[in-house]
Amino acid sequence: MEGEVIVSFQKVDFSYNSVPVLEGVSFAIYDRSFISIVGPNAGGKTTLLKLMLGLLNPSRGTIEVFGMPPERARSFIGYMPQHVQFDTSFPVTVLDVVLMGRLGNGTRFGPYGKKDRAICIEALRRLEMHDAWKHPFGALSGGQRQRVLIARALATEPKLLLLDEPTSNVDVAVETELFELLNALSKTTTVIVVSHDLGFVSQYVQRVVCVNRTVAVHPTAAITGEMISDLYGAAVRMVQHDHRE
Amino acid sequence: MNTFLSDLPRYPFLQYALLTGILASVACGIIGSYVVTKRITYIAGSIAHTVLGGLGAARYCQAVCGWEWFHPFYGAVLAALASALIIGIVSMRAKQREDTVIGSLWAIGMAAGILFIYRTPGYNEDLMSYLFGSILMVSPGDLWMIACLDVLVVAAGVLFYNRFLALCFDEEFARLRGVNVELFYLLLLCLTALTVVLLVSVVGIVMVIALLTIPAAIAGELTKRLWHMMVLSTLLTILFTVTGLAVSYGPDLPAGATTIIIAGAAYLFVVGGLRIHRLRRKH
Repeated sequence: MEGEVIVSFQKVDFSYNSVPVLEGVSFAIYDRSFISIVGPNAGGKTTLLKLMLGLLNPSRGTIEVFGMPPERARSFIGYMPQHVQFDTSFPVTVLDVVLMGRLGNGTRFGPYGKKDRAICIEALRRLEMHDAWKHPFGALSGGQRQRVLIARALATEPKLLLLDEPTSNVDVAVETELFELLNALSKTTTVIVVSHDLGFVSQYVQRVVCVNRTVAVHPTAAITGEMISDLYGAAVRMVQHDHRE
Repeated sequence: MNTFLSDLPRYPFLQYALLTGILASVACGIIGSYVVTKRITYIAGSIAHTVLGGLGAARYCQAVCGWEWFHPFYGAVLAALASALIIGIVSMRAKQREDTVIGSLWAIGMAAGILFIYRTPGYNEDLMSYLFGSILMVSPGDLWMIACLDVLVVAAGVLFYNRFLALCFDEEFARLRGVNVELFYLLLLCLTALTVVLLVSVVGIVMVIALLTIPAAIAGELTKRLWHMMVLSTLLTILFTVTGLAVSYGPDLPAGATTIIIAGAAYLFVVGGLRIHRLRRKH
């Protein structure tokens, strides 16, 4: 049982300054699913996300998001980048950062409204960062910053959530909590998470998009050692992560 | 200081100077905070120096061509906006050439200004007042133009606060939220250009960047939110321009340079004080 197609790639090629990054990529992502994008570093995972957002344009092929060109679908997408390049002394609080997620949804001029603030506080609460709403963003740890950026993505009230390595700076306990939250969210929103930790994500997601210059989509039930070594180019030792009770 | 206070009620030119300083400070505090957080001080510096080209050209047209209506203030506004747009478009289209263009415009603007002033008959005192400020020579007419420009800049800076904050903090995310990043970047550079024009009469072309950045930098050390930074920065700029004017008046020192020295001393004092305070807390 699958919903409508939300993201579709058809024969997409992409290259950075004539160095091919993705070749002949075709796949589809369906409504209300929980998907992980995995693959080796520099294999094209972030590129795939940026193509979905229309921040990059394919050199060949077509991409549609919600049946539209990606730039027009942006307002439905909540995005958490892997890195935000910013100055740690930049004068913004946690709430200021999350409120940026309300740009384009609500007020055009002047201050954000009460409703915007309520949505942002709620997003922070879901990530257990609401106690820190007044703190300067630059003073947070790496993991806390990631959670605030996820809250910012949630504050956009997205139909599609794209998270680029949301757990690269957090410990296993927080990672588990976060995936439980994303799992709950995926009942109403499509969630796509870039991860380097296939073993961990495979207990939550329904499908894995494997990216290494080309793309293959596998249901998580079918992941085998052979598939992983195909993807990473070497035999990878698999560890059973069974943290869930 | 005492001479200043006793002369202030008697001489309108002192009152105009004081008002000019206060008005320009409001735009300076708000736009200066954007300039510092977006790290475009060098662009502001380049815009400031091209203003000399506009001032010189307008003065030349007045004196030689008889265009009485072409007040140097208009020339300054035109030159500042033109250089802001050129730098903005180059930095969006060809980022790798940005610093070359900034540096070139900086020098070309000055060169053009110097040539125009050289060919303008009369005393060359204009040049000195453009370069180092002439706050005591502001006329009621100038004051009106300064007030109008100030209202325009402050209104735009406050009205689009959310967008400018997102642009300065995380341009990519702002773009994804439907903010027209190119348009707002150009608007920010244009507002910077107009603020530079406001500050030219206060401290002169050469010292504009100092007044645009020092109060904002001090405020940035002491505040946690951008709009708090703007409020504090505005108050500090008012403090510096007013004390600069008051201190320089009695002994007949140049007001612009005095203002900048006071601002610089305050910056060293605050940054040094904070370092010592933090070291003490650690022990």
